[in-house]
Amino acid sequence: MSNRIVNWFKFASPQTFYPLAGKMIPWFWALTAVFGLVGLYIGFFVAPTDAQQGEGYRIIFIHVPASWLSMFIYLIMAFWAALGLGFNTRLSGMMASALAPTGALMAFLSLWTGALWGKPMWGTWWVWDARLTSELILFFLYLGFIALQSAIDDARRADKAGAVLALVGVANIPIIYFSVKWWNTLHQGASVSLTRSPSMAQTMLWGMLLMALAFWMYSIAVSLTRVRAIILERERHAGWVEELKELKS
Amino acid sequence: MLEASNLECVRGEKSLFRGLSFRLDPGACLMVQGANGSGKTSLLRMICGLAQPEQGDIRWNGEPIRKLAEDYRGELLYCGHAGAVKDDLTALENARISATLAGTPVDVEAARLALRQLGLKGREDLPARVLSAGQKRRVALTRLLLEKRKLWVLDEPLTALDKTAVANLGGVIDAHLASGGMAVLTSHQDLPLAAGRVEQLRLD
Amino acid sequence: MAETSLLSALGAVIRRDLLLAMRRKSDVLTTLFFFVIVVSLFPLGIGPEMAMLRQIAPGVLWVAALLATMLSLNRLFAADHADGTLEQMALSAVPLGVLVTGKVVAHWLLSGLPLALLAPVLGLQFDLAAGSLGVMVVALLIGTPVLSLIGAIGAALTLGVRGGGVLVSLLVLPLYVPVLIFGAGAVEADLGGLGATAHLSLLAAFLALAAFFGPWATTVALRIALE
Repeated sequence: MSNRIVNWFKFASPQTFYPLAGKMIPWFWALTAVFGLVGLYIGFFVAPTDAQQGEGYRIIFIHVPASWLSMFIYLIMAFWAALGLGFNTRLSGMMASALAPTGALMAFLSLWTGALWGKPMWGTWWVWDARLTSELILFFLYLGFIALQSAIDDARRADKAGAVLALVGVANIPIIYFSVKWWNTLHQGASVSLTRSPSMAQTMLWGMLLMALAFWMYSIAVSLTRVRAIILERERHAGWVEELKELKS
Repeated sequence: MLEASNLECVRGEKSLFRGLSFRLDPGACLMVQGANGSGKTSLLRMICGLAQPEQGDIRWNGEPIRKLAEDYRGELLYCGHAGAVKDDLTALENARISATLAGTPVDVEAARLALRQLGLKGREDLPARVLSAGQKRRVALTRLLLEKRKLWVLDEPLTALDKTAVANLGGVIDAHLASGGMAVLTSHQDLPLAAGRVEQLRLD
Repeated sequence: MAETSLLSALGAVIRRDLLLAMRRKSDVLTTLFFFVIVVSLFPLGIGPEMAMLRQIAPGVLWVAALLATMLSLNRLFAADHADGTLEQMALSAVPLGVLVTGKVVAHWLLSGLPLALLAPVLGLQFDLAAGSLGVMVVALLIGTPVLSLIGAIGAALTLGVRGGGVLVSLLVLPLYVPVLIFGAGAVEADLGGLGATAHLSLLAAFLALAAFFGPWATTVALRIALE
């Protein structure tokens, strides 16, 4: 019985996780490519042209998955942060720092594509729409996390301080989101919401889901690569790192 | 009784010491010695619970200090490099306020008495700003007399003190040990303590 | 520890911080002057048209209040950190959370409260009616403690960190968004004749949440900073 219980803490050690991550990365890249190609194919060739918005709407196949991922990654980051604070596992902090730049990238991508979409649709690059505004604040939260971690020299302290910030942030995100929504309805600004097309065709939804999966797999692959780099950097004086084959040549 | 077993301290990427164990019984004093950067201050901060050891644990009367938290802190007095003396407050205010913050408020008379005992008579109502470094250090050390703690952890308590003040402090520590107290301290100078109570610990 | 001694420790910290501020008044006054100057700059940048000024007044006053609070956050823990008092607080027999709460209360008494009391005078520059000024003060009285509570977390996280002063604004300002929205919204709702009760209740709810979790998170952050 006892050997059927997986010792999860074993994988929490950087030494065991490093080679495991190395083996997983190619698979996630492959999944990224498959989902991405199918998703783009559906997005460009299968999904019908939108009656009101023409071809320009196709940017939602990037915009919407990027927005989803930007929020999802913050949650995952907070999860690792909580784990790191609770169990004092080193790997959790490294995971959180590895995820942050990808999360920030997704938030930025979402803002950028939002602006690109806004120009032909509403004739303006930026609308103070509730979703865009929340996304902007989320982007600021990511930047704050990255800035805090890079300002602290001691890696352990950086992990823990970042973890506290991520948890405070994740507790605040719903409050921020609803505040911004309330603010938006009160001020009666542009009320055209980006994703509220009257009837979203089934194929569009599929395209978006596939693209979201592609982005997800990409995020995992990139974060794992980044976490491997962080492990090497932090453990460069540990014996097992010095014995790594790939570093010897 | 304070017990440490198998402590390891890491600063940055360097391991300062490992496998360090000691035991301190009531009435004894542990003198931590070592060159600059050998981890004396780090060890003292670990004993206080301010820093976590990389490995090993520290126990107070058999219980890990992490678990005891406030119960342990109520028995502990730490005096670090920074004396926690506010320039804008008078010596008397400093003494009373630090005692209150530590959770053991004292009245004016007790504070005046402690200041006088450490040779600060006539300086009680001067702002700490105008006191000399040695006098400020003495203001910081009044906490030893006011807070009634079991375990004293003193990091370089003799810095900036003159000869009479050193002798004076030696007497205070001796009296503390004689009444069953404990002390862990670092010092580059000689501290005159009654023989037989002092144990040495070298960090290299 | 008995409840009474916790309360007396809380009172002692507040008295101590107020006493220290009395001995060094310039710190507190600088923040207030900053608030006044920032608010007074807006009409110069926008133009003296009263209808326009009345409309932007709540937003301007609130943003200025956020920035002024921001400016005062650095001194919340920095001095105590530098002279070793913070270590002593962390080692006190009194739980650190209690002492932190005391420090945050003192910070509010020295920054948020004067801002709230000064706001009506500045509101007059923007031609706000007496009723709206009243709502403004109430909103600031409920909202500024939240700013101090959340700001304390940021101040603790950036303690002793390179460029901590600028960094703290990057960390904390995004978290101030809900307070800004509902604080300014309360005055706007009053101006628009909608009544400000809903906004003020939500601000009070934020205050309750921040008062519950803020000191706790600050304590965790301080222990990390001291390690």
